[in-house]
Amino acid sequence: MASLIIDVFLLVLLVLIAVMVVRTCKLYAVIVMSGAYSLTSAAIFVNLDAVDVAFTEAAVGAGISTILFLAVMAYVPADEKPGLNRNFLAGFICVGAGALLLLAVTDLPSFGDPMSQVHQHVAPRYLTESGSALHIPNVVTTVLASYRGFDTLGETIVVFTAGLGVLMLLAGATRTHHIAKKTGKKTASGVSKQVSKVLPKSMGKKA
Amino acid sequence: MKQNPVFRVVAKILFAPIIMFGLYVQFHGDYSPGGGFQAGVIIAAAFILHAIVFGLQAGREIVSARVNLWMMVFGVSLYGGVGVVSMAKGGLFLDYTALTGSVATGQHIGILLVELGVGLTVTSVMLAVFHAFAGFVEDNAK
Repeated sequence: MASLIIDVFLLVLLVLIAVMVVRTCKLYAVIVMSGAYSLTSAAIFVNLDAVDVAFTEAAVGAGISTILFLAVMAYVPADEKPGLNRNFLAGFICVGAGALLLLAVTDLPSFGDPMSQVHQHVAPRYLTESGSALHIPNVVTTVLASYRGFDTLGETIVVFTAGLGVLMLLAGATRTHHIAKKTGKKTASGVSKQVSKVLPKSMGKKA
Repeated sequence: MKQNPVFRVVAKILFAPIIMFGLYVQFHGDYSPGGGFQAGVIIAAAFILHAIVFGLQAGREIVSARVNLWMMVFGVSLYGGVGVVSMAKGGLFLDYTALTGSVATGQHIGILLVELGVGLTVTSVMLAVFHAFAGFVEDNAK
């Protein structure tokens, strides 16, 4: 019962924050509230006993993303452009997609159903055997690093590639920039040149 | 924010405990919630706090861009390297049991090293992204 009350409270809070994010035009407020959104969903994950997911959500969603968004705020105006939010076709598509998703929810197995597909495949083996077979108490870690080690390698490479991409676009970690630095030649800015190379021409015109 | 003594003192006091907590999350992931991803983010947060309070330049003096880039590469290579070593020892790719021959030690060492690779990569990528964004205007003005 207590768990249900907490769940309802957190979900209502989540919807409230989402509505506030949509309604406000101040981008600083949007960033702080999306951090609050992540923290609330982390609390929901804790209530669902998914502590590892909650931990990640709190650290990445509420922590680092908020800071990175704030760092970006130094280069963009503080307010959203007003008056561009009356697109009926977009509204129609949103409502339609939402209705279809709600319809699909009825096909899902009921929450926590032990007989549903996902709880019948490899999950029971991981849960019952991993402790004795691999001698690691935390099942999440064994699934993440051992049973699904290949997937986690892929995830790490995704993070690595994302970091490299940002470095190349923003910090000028490119070959031309490097050579220019070595020879002492002053390139105007390796960065803006790279950005203009990557972005399609039409985007430059609009700006 | 360098002038404000409150920020300075709080940042100095918190810096070490945050890293300590990050290391705990990193190496205790086998027994409690946590692991490389979360630990990487927490440790990066400590460095970002330092950079926010004491300035980007001070942050770059602790971890230079070059060291950071090599840390990114080393993290991924460490992960892949564990897989290659386990193959060289006669197992499958990322088959940690093959590392030492016994399940108990092999799995422990394998997961520890792999999580360390993830942690290093995530820490350095987060730091690199923060420095790239925060230093964008500064670098271009030069």
